[in-house]
Amino acid sequence: MSAAFPARFRPGDRVRVRLAHPPGHVRTPCYVRGKPGVVERLCGAYPNPEELAYARSGMPRQPLYRVRFEQCALWPNYQGDARDTLDVEIYQHWLEARE
Amino acid sequence: MGGLQAGAIDRAEHDHALWEKRVDALLVVLSKKGLMTVDELRRNIEGLGAQAYDGMSYYERWMYAISQTLIQRGVLTVDEVGMRLAALEKRP
Repeated sequence: MSAAFPARFRPGDRVRVRLAHPPGHVRTPCYVRGKPGVVERLCGAYPNPEELAYARSGMPRQPLYRVRFEQCALWPNYQGDARDTLDVEIYQHWLEARE
Repeated sequence: MGGLQAGAIDRAEHDHALWEKRVDALLVVLSKKGLMTVDELRRNIEGLGAQAYDGMSYYERWMYAISQTLIQRGVLTVDEVGMRLAALEKRP
């Protein structure tokens, strides 16, 4: 297997998605940027799609996590059940630790 | 899409036209030959303006993105694509 960045987070870790709007091709949806979530699982490590999109190697591989968000934290005036959650797969370079 | 209001989803099944199947197959061939990635497909589709995006069908967006990628990678030149399109338009 080719080189990968070491995984910084484990299931249950509290994280926040970086609030950033870089001008290139980005795989992190706008509506989760800056939002708090919890790591549900580590999915593996894959070539960075934001680099593959420009015909580059995307190496080293970036760890990919399934992160769980509370719907109430994502949408203003969310009408559904307060316990509703949304899982989004997010690459490690978009995540930071949260107290 | 992308967190925007989208309304109801059309769940009706539909057949694909022959050209749509060819576009799909073309991406498979180009990927296997290492000439493009699905990430480039997606980047080029997302680079469409909202008006152009809404004006194209699903596989029209694919065809646009495939041709853009091949031009960006230097597999095809703009002139080659333009000449070929002009020739096809003259075909009865």
